Amino acid sequence: MPAEEPAVVAENLRKRYGDTRALDGFDLTVAPGTVHGLLGPNGAGKTTAVRVFATLLRPDSGTARVAGFDVVRQAERARYRLGLVGQHAAVDELLSGRQNLEMFGRLYHLSAAGARRRAGELLERFRLADTGGKPVKQYSGGMRRRLDLAAGLILAPPVLFLDEPTTGLDPRARNEVWDAIRQLAAAGTTVLLTTQYLEEADQLADRVSVIDHGRVVAGGTTDELKRRIGADRIDVVLRSGADLAAAAALLTGIAGEEAETDPDRRLVSVPVRDRMAALSELVPALASAGITAEDVALRRPTLDEVFLHLTAKEKEVVG
Amino acid sequence: MTMTITAPSRSALARLRWAFTDGWTITRRDLTHWANQPVQFVVNLLFSVMVLLMFGFLFGGAMAVPDGGDYQDFLVPGVLALTMVFGVEATFTAVSTDAQRGVTDRFRSLPMAPSAVVLGRCTADMLGAVLTLAALVVAGLLMGWRWHNGFASALAAFGLLLLLRLAMLWLGIYLGLVTRSPEAVMALQILVWPLGFLSNAFVAPATMPAWLGSIAEWNPLSATAAATRELFGNPGWGGEGWLAQHPLLLALLWPAALIAVFCPLAIRRYRNLSR
Repeated sequence: MPAEEPAVVAENLRKRYGDTRALDGFDLTVAPGTVHGLLGPNGAGKTTAVRVFATLLRPDSGTARVAGFDVVRQAERARYRLGLVGQHAAVDELLSGRQNLEMFGRLYHLSAAGARRRAGELLERFRLADTGGKPVKQYSGGMRRRLDLAAGLILAPPVLFLDEPTTGLDPRARNEVWDAIRQLAAAGTTVLLTTQYLEEADQLADRVSVIDHGRVVAGGTTDELKRRIGADRIDVVLRSGADLAAAAALLTGIAGEEAETDPDRRLVSVPVRDRMAALSELVPALASAGITAEDVALRRPTLDEVFLHLTAKEKEVVG
Repeated sequence: MTMTITAPSRSALARLRWAFTDGWTITRRDLTHWANQPVQFVVNLLFSVMVLLMFGFLFGGAMAVPDGGDYQDFLVPGVLALTMVFGVEATFTAVSTDAQRGVTDRFRSLPMAPSAVVLGRCTADMLGAVLTLAALVVAGLLMGWRWHNGFASALAAFGLLLLLRLAMLWLGIYLGLVTRSPEAVMALQILVWPLGFLSNAFVAPATMPAWLGSIAEWNPLSATAAATRELFGNPGWGGEGWLAQHPLLLALLWPAALIAVFCPLAIRRYRNLSR
């Protein structure tokens, strides 16, 4: 693969199912060795895009290349260079973890000894060595997903597609999967990751593309995107509504942005750039001003807010 | 981390070799399922044997074969054919589970031979059918069932039974890919069981109401059961009609027709997963 060739490229992909346009002029470029987040709500076209990249689905029009190979015309070559981890743990429930990895290794055309060795390495790396002999149906959700991830990495593919890798996992399992993805990225694997969670993209991705109605509506680094979306917010709920004006002035001073007040909920809210610094400044400042807060919350813009914001922007540009 | 991988080969011979190697890998997966779940495996085998014993001993006393033959001799070929038809449930469950769980997608994203998924399924299910037949034959022999026309005819009978299983295999693959829901096996059972009993497997179609009797006579299961009875030299309930007079022909034609319909449908369905 020439150095300038992106790891993943999509040009004007279109795919429709009946009247639904799952992909509607989808463009994407992912640089080698980066983690790219594809962020969007259910039905935005994330999974369709990943299925096209993984050679599972033929687009109606447009082209897609993975590691330099066209996913339609050079599907088999692309398959040697990509790994796929879907929304479900696509492993055999009745086989053990080791048996699963050996089987997939053989299907990647490793020798029997090579498949065995690779299975051992991956079980070790994903901390499944102890349980490698048990049938997968006895695994926890996090273990299954780690095994699924391991199965996607048998050939150490240069490009890995992860379709909502943490959906349905508890926080601990989610952290385990995140750690595994970070290790892969550190080792130079290009990762395209779909997610519904801004936090997940923020944690893992170098760049993010926001997808809606089958096309990318915004993209950039997570920081750039957050600047466009608007920053995190601090919400303060006061004990007494009488303190609203004083608290609002105080928050405005700290954040450098006009604070909004909601008398009904005794709420003062302000966007902040440096969330932790603002918070640690705010709490003592409230105390020394003699203002009692019932609740102080730091929150990210919700995905709904992001989409409202971005789709509103898009309409402005288009209209 | 360096890995040596076999570069995708363009030669037809190498492709054929990979098709068989990959197919065998998929077959071994099913064999490993059996080894990992020995109890389940034995229970599955014993289920067919139980049907045989139940009809042989529980109802057998109440059954009379018109030309005075032995009911056990009549029953065994019927249960053998019935078991081949019930095999559709095993194929369906395996195929739909893989499709639902994303295992099929994983296979399709691998650089393996695309035909191997089907070839492996086919080999594994046919091996399962051979083992089931073996268990039933042993049980039948213990019950006193015998074949009377020599070993070659008996082999031909087993061949017809496996042909019926092959037809059920393609039906099972097709339905599994269409529904992609292992739970739908319940619905399949509701369809398959009446079909199994609405045949000449246990009783003569002539004893049924006329319209049911003609359905039973047309049943592919009846054709195979009647043909194997003839080949084993076991008593039949040979009716007067053309259908009843040509069981061997029908036992070839019926499965061939089912395969001719469902094999292309299943393959098209598999290919269309990428649409």
